[in-house]
Amino acid sequence: MLDKSKYPEVDGILAGYAYNRSALIAMLQEIQSAYNYLPEEVLEHISTEIDIPLSKIFSVATFYENFSLEPKGKYIIKICDGTACHVKKSIPILDTIKKELGLNSSKHTTDDFLFTLETVSCLGACGLAPVILVNGKVYAKMTPESALAVIKEIKENESK
Amino acid sequence: MKVNNIEQFEKVAVAARKALENQEKRVFVCCGTGCVAAGSFGIYEELKRLVAEKGLLVDVVLEAEEKGIGIKKSGCQGLCQLGPLVRVEPFDYQYFRVDKQDCVEIIEKTLLQNQPVERLMYQSGSRVCHTPVEIPFYSEQTRLVLGQCGQIDCENIMEYIAKGGYTAAGKALLQMTPEQICDEISKSNLRGRGGGGYPAGRKWSQVLAQNSEVKYVVCNGDEGDPGAFMDGSVMDGNPHSVLEGMIIAGYACKASEGYIYVRAEYPLSVARLQLAVEQAREIGLLGENILGSGFSFDIKINKGAGAFVCGESSALTQSIEGERGMPRVKPPRTVEQGLWGKPTMLNNVETFANVPHIILKGAQWYRSIGPENSPGTKAFAITGNVNNTGLIEVPMGTLLKEVIFDIGGGINDGKKFKAVQIGGPSGGCLTETHMELPLDFDSLKKVGAMIGSGGLVVMDEDTCMVEVARFFMNFTQKESCGKCVPCREGTKRMLEILEGIVAGKGSLEDLDMLEELADTISSTALCGLGKTAPSPVISTLKYFRDEYLAHVVQKKCPTRNCKSLSSFVINEALCKGCSKCAKACPATAITGKVKEAFVINNRKCIKCGACVEACPFSAVEEV
Repeated sequence: MLDKSKYPEVDGILAGYAYNRSALIAMLQEIQSAYNYLPEEVLEHISTEIDIPLSKIFSVATFYENFSLEPKGKYIIKICDGTACHVKKSIPILDTIKKELGLNSSKHTTDDFLFTLETVSCLGACGLAPVILVNGKVYAKMTPESALAVIKEIKENESK
Repeated sequence: MKVNNIEQFEKVAVAARKALENQEKRVFVCCGTGCVAAGSFGIYEELKRLVAEKGLLVDVVLEAEEKGIGIKKSGCQGLCQLGPLVRVEPFDYQYFRVDKQDCVEIIEKTLLQNQPVERLMYQSGSRVCHTPVEIPFYSEQTRLVLGQCGQIDCENIMEYIAKGGYTAAGKALLQMTPEQICDEISKSNLRGRGGGGYPAGRKWSQVLAQNSEVKYVVCNGDEGDPGAFMDGSVMDGNPHSVLEGMIIAGYACKASEGYIYVRAEYPLSVARLQLAVEQAREIGLLGENILGSGFSFDIKINKGAGAFVCGESSALTQSIEGERGMPRVKPPRTVEQGLWGKPTMLNNVETFANVPHIILKGAQWYRSIGPENSPGTKAFAITGNVNNTGLIEVPMGTLLKEVIFDIGGGINDGKKFKAVQIGGPSGGCLTETHMELPLDFDSLKKVGAMIGSGGLVVMDEDTCMVEVARFFMNFTQKESCGKCVPCREGTKRMLEILEGIVAGKGSLEDLDMLEELADTISSTALCGLGKTAPSPVISTLKYFRDEYLAHVVQKKCPTRNCKSLSSFVINEALCKGCSKCAKACPATAITGKVKEAFVINNRKCIKCGACVEACPFSAVEEV
C-alpha cells in the first residue's frame, strides 16, 4: 500500500486524468514534477489504480529520457549539447561543472542532493549558444568560468 | 463572447481592428525562448509598470474606446543574437540588447516624443538602421509563416483576429467543400515541412478518401533536431496560425479531433498553445458547430517526454496513446491507420501554418513564391559560428551563400567558412563548393543532404568534421529506440569506430567499415530516422575525406580538436626554465633543470593541457 502521507498528490493527479490509461505519460510527467523523480512505490500504486501491468509502466518510464527513477538534486543543471551549443564549445563547460561538483558519467547527483547534472540535446535557444538551464532558468552564452560563478552563487545562497 | 455564425465573427473582427487602432503606439517585447533567456519578461513588466504609471496603457479589449499605448509580448523577432529585442509601432523602430534601465528612455523619447533611441539601434557601418527593412538580416528575408510572429501579441486571440486571423477558416468552412480544399492544397504543391517534403495535398486527399467515422489530425511539434527552433518559434510566436491550419485540415479530411504533440523542452510553446486553445474555445472557433458550419472540431495538446524518435509519425502516435514511442512497419501508413488505428493526417507545425495563407490567397499565388517543385518559403534556424544567429524565413530556392553571408552576416571572429550542417542528425553537410546551391527539397537531396526541419548549423575552419560526425552518431545512437537491429547495433558500431578514430586508434580499414555499415543501415533500418542516421558520416566522408585520413594515417587532427591526437612540446627559445610546468603536470611527464629548457615526455603525457595554462611565457605549444 502506498504511504499517502508521503505522496499526497498522487491520487489527485490520477483523478485529474480520470484514471485514463492513455494519459499514462502525462500522469508520469506530473508525478515527476511533484517529486522530481518517479518513486517505485508510486508506480506500483498507479499500476493497481489504472489497471496496467507494472512492467508496462516501467517500460514507458525507462523509454523516455525525461523520466528518472532515481531521486534528483534540488538544483537540476541541464547543459545543452545540441549541435549549436556543441560547436560553440559546450563540452568544456560540462567538464568544468563535473569537476567542480565531483560528478562523472555514472554519477549525476551530488551526495548532498543539492545538484543533479544532465546533458540535453537542444533547448531551442541556439541563438544564444552555449546555454545551460538551472531549474528551468536559462543562462545564455556561457563559458566554463561563468558556469562556475552560477554554481558558486547557488552554493552561497544555500549556505546562508 | 461566443460567435455562432460568420456575421457575429465579422463583428468581432471589426471591433478587434478598432480596438487595435485605438492603440496609437504598440510596443512589442520579444518573448521568444532566446530573448526570455536574456531577460525580456523583466523588460515587459518594467515597460508595463512605467506606462501604467503614466495612465497610458490600453489592452486590446473590444469595449475600449479611449486611445493609448499597448505593451505586448510577441513571439520571436528573429535576431536572437542581439536580444532582448523590442519593436515599437507604428514607427517600426527596432531596438536591440534592451536592458531594464533603457525602458525609461524608450518611453520618454519614443512613446512620448515619437523619437528613436538611436543607441539601441542596429549599426550597419556608420549608418544607424531605424527599422528592420534597413537591416540586411531582415531585408533579405520573405516572412510568410513568421510574418506575424514578432508583430502580434502572441497571447491574445483578438490581435490575431484583428490582423485577419481565422478568416481563412471562415472561408474554408463556409464557402468550400473538403474536396475543394484538398484540391487547392494539392494545386499549391505545398510540401511537408517536417523534412521529407511529401506533398501535403496528396496526404490530405488520402485521408479524406478513407472510409472511417473517426479520423484525426495530428500536428507534429516534436522538433527534436538539435540546432533547430523554427517550429517552437511558430508555436510560441503565433500559436493561432497553427490552430487555424489544423481546423481547416480537420474540415478537409472530416476529422473532429486534433492533437498537437509538443516536445517537453518547449515549455513556452506548451503554455501558449494551451492558452490559444482555451481562447479559441471560448470564442467558438473550436468546439461544436464552428461558425454555424455544422463542423465540430477540438484540439488537445500532448507533451512529449524526451525521445527524438517521436518525431517519426508512427512513433509519435504511439506516444500520444501513452506507449513507448517506437516506429512500426509500414504499410499500413499513418493516413490509413494512425492514431488509435484510425486514418490520421499528420503534418508538421510549419506546414499547418502555411495553410491559412494558401486558402486566403490561393494556390496560384503560393506557387509564385520559390521554385516550381518546392514552392513557398522555408523557415531556418541559423546558428553556430555565424555573426547573426537567429530565426529566418526565405523563399525556397534561396542560395546557400545568400543565407550564410547576406542574412547570417558571415562567419564570426573573422574566421573562414568550413561547412554547414543542414537537416540535423538526419541531414548532411554542405561546403564551400555548394555556395551556389539553391536550398530546396530536390536540390539538397541531389547532394546527399536534406532540408530536414530547417536547422542550419554553421561551422568555421576550427571545427573538426570527424568529431562532428562522431557527435551526430552519438546523438542518433542514444536516441535509437532499439526496435530494429540495423539501427540499434549498427549505429553503436559506427559510433565505436568514430570514437576510435578521434582517439587516435583508427585505421584505413575503419573508413571502409564505416561506409559499409552506413550503406547497410540506410538500406535496412525500419524507420526514416534509422535510415538517415548514417547521413552525417556519409557526407563528411565524402567532402572531408582528407580530414579522416589525417586522423587515421598521420594520427593528427588538422584542427587540433581531438586532444588524443595532439601533443605538447616546449619551445626552447621561449622557455626560461622556471619549472612551473613541471609542478603543474599531474603525470610527472615534464622534466628539466631550473633555468634551462624543460622537456615533455610524450609517452607519459596525458594531454591535459595543465602545462599550457601554467607557463607564464607561452612556451608550451600544441602541435
